[in-house]
Amino acid sequence: MGKAYNGPQPPFPDAARSALADTQLRTNLRHATTTIRDKRAQVVAEREDWEELRDAGRAAKDEALGDLAELLTTFERNVIAAGATVWWARDASEAAVVVADIAARHGVDSLLKVKSLTTDEIGLNEALEARGIDAKETDLAELIVQLAGEHPSHILVPAIHKNREQVRDLFLRELPESAGDLTSEPADLADTARRHLRERFLSARMAVSGANFAIAETGSLVVVESEGNGRMCLSLPEILVSVVGIEKVLPRWQDLETMMQLLPRSSTGERMNPYTSIWTGVSPGDGPQEVHVVLLDNGRTSSLADPIGRDALTCIRCSACLNVCPVYERTGGHAYGSVYPGPIGAVITPQLLGPDRAPSLPFASTLCGACYDVCPMKIDIPSILVHLRAEQHHSRSETAAFRSAAAVLGSGDAMRRVGRAGRLIRPLARMVAALPFPPVRRWTRSRTAPLPAVTSFRSWWRDHDS
Amino acid sequence: MRVGLFVTCLADLVVPEVAVATVLLLEKLGVDVVFPENQSCCGQMHINTGYPAMALPMVRSFVDSFEDCDLVVSPSGSCVGAIRHQHQIVAQREGDDVLADRVAALAPRVRELTELLVDDLEVVDVGARFPHKVAYHPSCHSLRVARVGDRPMRLLAEVDGLTLVQHDDARGCCGFGGSFAVKNADVSTAMLQDKMRALEDSGAEYVTSVDASCLTHVGGGLTKSGSAIKHVHLAEILAGTVA
Repeated sequence: MGKAYNGPQPPFPDAARSALADTQLRTNLRHATTTIRDKRAQVVAEREDWEELRDAGRAAKDEALGDLAELLTTFERNVIAAGATVWWARDASEAAVVVADIAARHGVDSLLKVKSLTTDEIGLNEALEARGIDAKETDLAELIVQLAGEHPSHILVPAIHKNREQVRDLFLRELPESAGDLTSEPADLADTARRHLRERFLSARMAVSGANFAIAETGSLVVVESEGNGRMCLSLPEILVSVVGIEKVLPRWQDLETMMQLLPRSSTGERMNPYTSIWTGVSPGDGPQEVHVVLLDNGRTSSLADPIGRDALTCIRCSACLNVCPVYERTGGHAYGSVYPGPIGAVITPQLLGPDRAPSLPFASTLCGACYDVCPMKIDIPSILVHLRAEQHHSRSETAAFRSAAAVLGSGDAMRRVGRAGRLIRPLARMVAALPFPPVRRWTRSRTAPLPAVTSFRSWWRDHDS
Repeated sequence: MRVGLFVTCLADLVVPEVAVATVLLLEKLGVDVVFPENQSCCGQMHINTGYPAMALPMVRSFVDSFEDCDLVVSPSGSCVGAIRHQHQIVAQREGDDVLADRVAALAPRVRELTELLVDDLEVVDVGARFPHKVAYHPSCHSLRVARVGDRPMRLLAEVDGLTLVQHDDARGCCGFGGSFAVKNADVSTAMLQDKMRALEDSGAEYVTSVDASCLTHVGGGLTKSGSAIKHVHLAEILAGTVA
């Protein structure tokens, strides 16, 4: 990844405003999200049993969350039996210290990264840098973002905000391997990145990864990727450390059957995933000979304790919700100020950081429900957002306004009185609509103001009914 | 059949023509429409902005008003969605389990207008005439919360003289989203502009929907931008009351 999201981020509406002003960004996003969205819809429609698959996947995750402590201990036991070391990290800094200490113990000052949201979440690259350790991203899009000194803007496609021409210009500027006549053809760009990365794969002694799934009954970790660069990192270096959120655990090997059908179709719109790497501890003479697993909490157990919010822990990070979100499509990921952008990010980020740290994110949604419909885990994101909104601290002026509104809208009598006064209120409402008062302006800037009717329905009904 | 009309606050106080059209249409089809006068608002604005406790009296007034009806009908996919999907959650959240049970018993009898027409009355041709090019905006909540499906389109297809025109990304959100329109005004406006452009490109004379709230936003935007496209609620087309 590029920079970590340290400290308070600008409120979503402000960050979104800058993003909306970037017309190139909007064109890039619209093109990219529409393409993935259509591809997903097509391959999902091929499966008549898609709903059953969703239910099965969700059931496996629910079972895991319901028995998390037990499954994690089983997982730990099996990982240790397979020759690896298990670490437990309460929060981001504990996890980062574990990784940095392992590197320091081996005198490693440069390591490779497999694309991993969890390591982005804990700001690992920055933590390593502070200890004098250089972490190099190897996923093509993560590499692009790192070279540009930016944040990823999408869970699956971190450089979705950039088009090919922008990537070519970046490579010409940052990669010595770039030929002077480098074109923006994908094959050309990939070839340049390949030559740049190959040296790193062959010389690195240590790699850090995340994991898509952790199988309790076997102690196996699973990384799902498209390029094969992840597999290079998982197999070539002698030391491998994987940082794994505790919610990634699945009870059984068999559960992968369901997940490996749901995930590729939901994320990249592919029927089958190109590179699926699975490893169980250490295999003597084959692959990394020193293997560590860091199990990360970082707010997950408090999410688990929230009866509504815990649903978000079933997320498998497919990013289908980002690709269908009308808000994400316009603003891109950076506006969310989090490693986890889009609809699921608006849920997860406040959960991880605490509700006061990202107060605008639960409101960064029209509650249109497109995310819920595509979620392979059937996470009712709109309902969780509504739940999180209720947990927020509201401003006194807004609370007062809603209390006044409730006094009318909570009583048929009050509504009748207001309705009868429609003719009198109209000129007043017209005046209010013309005021430069910000909440009013935010509506009237792009739409005419709705005015109270001269004759309310209740008044009409009395005549009609008699 | 005794059907209670849940008028919605917006149709009561701002766009009564929508509610009037609903009554006239249903009466023409032989429905005995009753209007419990103590009804108020569905509470969605409060619930979705983070004030569920303030919405509790609205949930209670809904149940008190309509419990006696065979069926309840409302010309809003969004409000019907809130009643079916959120009322029970609010009652439980606020610790009123008795109310939650009453909601659970009533909610399955609540219909969005096109559901009542197509499923309960079993009509798709209501005998309306509207010789215009019309674009249908399937509001998010009608589509993905109330799940009214293609019922509105089936009803429109039978309207004499009406030409249904397609518009780009029709199922995409118009950007209203209740308080979202004010809290995230820039994003809301960007979505609105895309919706308006799609409607302009479609050649429609009218845009219609089963939700007056989205129409207030889309129609308000069209009017503000000087567009010739007019906005009407589906009930008005079916009732033949478009002015």
